[in-house]
This record gives sequence, structure tokens and C-alpha cells, in this order.
Amino acid sequence: MSFISYLINGLSLGSVYAIIALGYTMVYGIAKMLNFAHGDIIMIGGYVVFFSASSAGMPPLLAVLLSVIVCTVLGVTIERIAYKPLREAPSLAVLITAIGVSYLLQNVALLLFGANPKSFTSVVPFSGLSLAGGKLNISGEAIVTILSGIVIMVGLSVFIKRTKAGQAMLAVSEDKGAAQLMGINVNGTIGLTFAIGSALAAVAGALLCSAYPTLNPYTGSMPGIKAFVAAVFGGIGSIPGAMIGGILLGVIEILSKAYISSQLSDAIVFSVLIIVLLVKPTGIMGKKINEKV
Amino acid sequence: MKKTMSKTTKSNFITYGMVLAVYLIVQVMIMTGNLSSLLQGLLVPLCIYVILAVSLNLTVGILGELSLGHAGFMCVGAFSGAFFSKCTNGVLPDGLRFLLALLIGALVAAVFGILIGIPVLRLYGDYLAIVTLAFGEIIKNVINVLFVGRDSNGFHFSTKDTMSLNLAEGGEAIVKGPQGISGTPKDATFTIGVILILLTLVIVLNMINSRTGRAIMAIRDNRIAAESVGIDITKYKLLAFSVSAALAGMAGVLYAHNLSTLTALPKNFGYNMSITILVFVVLGGIGSIRGSIIAAVILTLLPELLRGLNDYRMLIYAIVLIVMMILNWNPKAKAILIKYSPKALFGKKNAAKEDK
Repeated sequence: MSFISYLINGLSLGSVYAIIALGYTMVYGIAKMLNFAHGDIIMIGGYVVFFSASSAGMPPLLAVLLSVIVCTVLGVTIERIAYKPLREAPSLAVLITAIGVSYLLQNVALLLFGANPKSFTSVVPFSGLSLAGGKLNISGEAIVTILSGIVIMVGLSVFIKRTKAGQAMLAVSEDKGAAQLMGINVNGTIGLTFAIGSALAAVAGALLCSAYPTLNPYTGSMPGIKAFVAAVFGGIGSIPGAMIGGILLGVIEILSKAYISSQLSDAIVFSVLIIVLLVKPTGIMGKKINEKV
Repeated sequence: MKKTMSKTTKSNFITYGMVLAVYLIVQVMIMTGNLSSLLQGLLVPLCIYVILAVSLNLTVGILGELSLGHAGFMCVGAFSGAFFSKCTNGVLPDGLRFLLALLIGALVAAVFGILIGIPVLRLYGDYLAIVTLAFGEIIKNVINVLFVGRDSNGFHFSTKDTMSLNLAEGGEAIVKGPQGISGTPKDATFTIGVILILLTLVIVLNMINSRTGRAIMAIRDNRIAAESVGIDITKYKLLAFSVSAALAGMAGVLYAHNLSTLTALPKNFGYNMSITILVFVVLGGIGSIRGSIIAAVILTLLPELLRGLNDYRMLIYAIVLIVMMILNWNPKAKAILIKYSPKALFGKKNAAKEDK
């Protein structure tokens, strides 16, 4: 029984990673940049939920919605101000800018909210299930997280396959120049991608802080890195890949915490990543791109 | 050809001269008492950062691969060097012991560089970046659960705690997991730091201007073309990668011998540290060794000089970072910049951009 409950915890953590990784992977696919500030948007999202729900007494769902709006605006603003001027710059310059934005968000949060961790009240209103005569407890957070992971993944896939904007995203990620010639608004599409990615980060922030209820200005950075690993794991740029990568990462992390060593769990997660990349250098679902000479 | 060679030699001597001049000025300032104790405490870290930046530039600028695990190599070097010093403290004369510690730190880091490099250099671009990042985190994690002790029976290892080392009477735990290594002799001085910077510069600059360096740069500029003219890609990539790792390891030893307690925290050996070094390299101009030195010095001093602004200093640092990047790479901003300052800050960066 304990194995099943670990597995469910792993799936729940994995779903959070997957939601963050989806944002990473979409931005990478379209803008070809590693958005290091993505993790910090999660943190900002967490703070918005914290202040609107715990301090201002908003209903949790409304607080999450507010956080989604704030993060979306923030994500698009960051893209406009910091990343858009660097569209033609080498990827390393964009990476450093993203790191700068990440430091900026962390320090703004530090100034505004202080370094003391806030104890976060869960946004999930019900307490969870107790199965098999109380032997197997599934927390409400786990259920909501896994369900929202699935909904987001399906919704995003449908959005990309069925809508015009989604198709435009695919086109831009394939070839920016050709997409522009076909009349696609490239800058608009990139902005939309950042908006979706940041909105997902806000959702992930609310879910993450509900499951692990401490919130400080650095809350987002480690999950951000892990989700980035998950995106690479699944094949960066691929949406199902990010989902699979995220869930695998979460399950491996929780299981190795439970059965091997709680201190070594990060090392194990990263070792698995290295092994996977050695066998499949473009990740699990990654496409192999043939080199042109 | 001959003329360009002498040009690079001249440029190299300017770099050496710059380091020496700064060293002399600082020495004079210390003697006349014009340097605050805060800044004096920063001198050794400054040397460490310069060595790290120059060595990372070898990977990022010359080899053209993005590495986010430089702090991992530094960590390996720091711990192996400190471990050696702890074991032989009092047995060997101090100078010889520190020299050997430096060599061992560099060697162990180089071995790790090769071990990581063999599989990793098959990957390209961002994949390489993420694997090096993962490597740095693994090293930090493993050291935090590693316990090593020594008694009359030899060395004991454990991953649990000091008790499970089963040390005999008179035994001593040397590496104590999250508590790290404490009581490392404090050998690092500014003079040694500057000597090591010069050593690093001699190695890196001579490597760049050699047949090896040209082969490495050929791989960076066009891998397929380099391969087709018979350059052994794996060999040269591995060479650059492991030399870079070894130098980082050496910086790590210096770091370890500047502190009384060495612990592997996210702050000093985590990916944030790797990123800080990468920022030095990029802001100094990728591929420009002199730029790396200047950027490392300025960016290490900047938060300290802004100390009066207290809480705002990291905020300003972040904004400086973003603004610098936009000014340097945005075509419009750059045009304005060039218009108002005919000579850019570090000449090489412009040259490198024109090549592409």
C-alpha cells in the first residue's frame, strides 16, 4: 500500500513539474531560448495567490484566476521589454538576459515580500480520499494536481492541433522566416506563447505551494530547474514529451526519496537524465534532426 | 601572418601587464593602508573568480560549448585539495603541501572533466548545458552525504553519518557530509592568487595561439568542416574541456584554503555559481580572455561597492545585466552606442560578431 501512495505522490509532484515543463518547452520550441525566469514566475504566482486568498480572503479559485492574469501580464511584459529586443542576438546573450530577469524577479520579491517564508494555505477545498480502510490516503492536492495536469495537457494539445493560433505556433517554431512569409504575425505568436507559458506557471505555482506549503522568493528556482530537466528529458520542444518527462521525474524523485535516500534524490534524478540523454541524445520524444552539410 | 602573430603576442603581454599592474597597485594600497579590510577580504575571492572566468571562457568562448557545471569542477577540486591538505597537514612542509594540493585538485577535476566529457560531448548546444548543470548538482549532492574518516586502519567511507564510519580510537572524521571539511589550513593569499591567475593565463593564452587552439576554434566555427580536414573532434573537445575543468579545480583548491570550513552549499557550488561565472564570461565578451578578467573584477566588486544601497544592490545588479545585454546585442541600441562611443568597451566582441 505504501508503494501506491508513494506512486500517487510522485504522480502529483510529476504533474506540477509537467505543467511547468510545458511552459518551458513551448517557449523553447518557439523562441529557441531557455527561459530561466520561468521558475520565478511560479514564485510570483504563488505570492499572488497567497496574498489574495490568505490575506484578502478571496475564494481560492478566484485567487488562482487572479494569479493567472497577473502572471500572464508579467510574462508578456518581460518578453516585450527584455527578450524581444534580442530576437536576433546569439542564444547565449538571451540566456544571460533571462538569468538577469530571474535575479530581478527574485530580488523584487525579496524587497516586496521579505525573506521570511510564508506559510501557504492550500487552494484545494477538500481534504482527500481514504481508501482501503484508511490504509491508502490520497490528498486532495494530489487529486487536483493530477487532474489539472491531464486537463492542461489535453487542452494544450487540442489548442495546438485545432486552432489557428496553435497552428501558427507550430509554424513559427518550425521556421520563423517562412511563417512570416505566410502572413503569420511572428511577434504576436511568440507573445501568445509566453502568455500561455506564464499562465501555466501561475497554475503550477498555486498547486506547488498547496502541496509544499512554504513560500519564499527562491521557491520557484529549484522546481524551475527540475522542470527544465523534465522538458529536456522528454525531448525539448515536444508537448507530450514535457508531460511524460515531468511525470517520470516526479515519480523517480519521490520513489528514490522513499526507498533509497532522501538526500541523494536530486542526484538520482539528474543521473537518470544523463543516462537517458546518452541513450537518446534528443530526449524521449525528441525528434532527430539530420544535419545538413 | 607574422604581423598578426606579433599582434596577438602584444595583446597577451598587455593582459599579463594588466594583472601585474593591478597587483602592484593593490600591494601599494595595502602598504599605505588605503584598502579597507572589507576589500582586502575580497582579494582572494577576486582571484578565484578571475581564474574561473578565464577557464570557463576556454569552454564557452574557444570551444563554443555552453557549460553550466563549472562550479561542479570547482567543487571537486576544492574538496580533493582540502582533503589532501587535511591528511598531510603537519607531515609535509606547508609550501610543498599546498603546491601538491593545488596539483591534486586540478588533476581530480581534470579526471572528472574527462569522465563527464566523454559521454557529454556527444551532445550539442542546450543538451550539453543541461547535462553539465545536472553534473554540478550531482557532485554537490553526493558530497553532502559523503563521510570520510581516517584512523590507524586507513580510510573509512560512509554515506550515513560520522558514527557509522566505525573509527578506531584516535581516528578523525575528515569529510563530514553537510558539515564538510573544517580546519583546512588557510594558505591562500593574494600573491598566490595572482600567481595562479598568471599561470592560468599562460596556459589558456598559449593554448589558444597554438596548433591545438586553432583546431579547437575550427571545431567551434564549423564542426563538419573541421572533421573533414582531419581534426580529431573528440580529442580536441575533450582536451579543452578537461583543461578548463582542471583550472576550475585549481581555483577550487584556492577557495578551500581561503576558508576555515568548506561546505558544499547551493550558494557556493550550486548552479547559481556556475551561472555567475558564465555571466562574467558573456559580459566580458565571449572568447575575449581580457574581457573575462575585467568583467569578473567589476562584477565581483559591483555588489560590494553598492553595499551602501543595501537591499537594492542585487536588484541593480540584475538590471545592469539586462541593460548591458540589450545595449550590446540589440541592433538599434547598438547603433546608438557605436554612434556615441566610437570604440566599444572590449574590442574583441565586435570583431567576433562581424565574423558571423
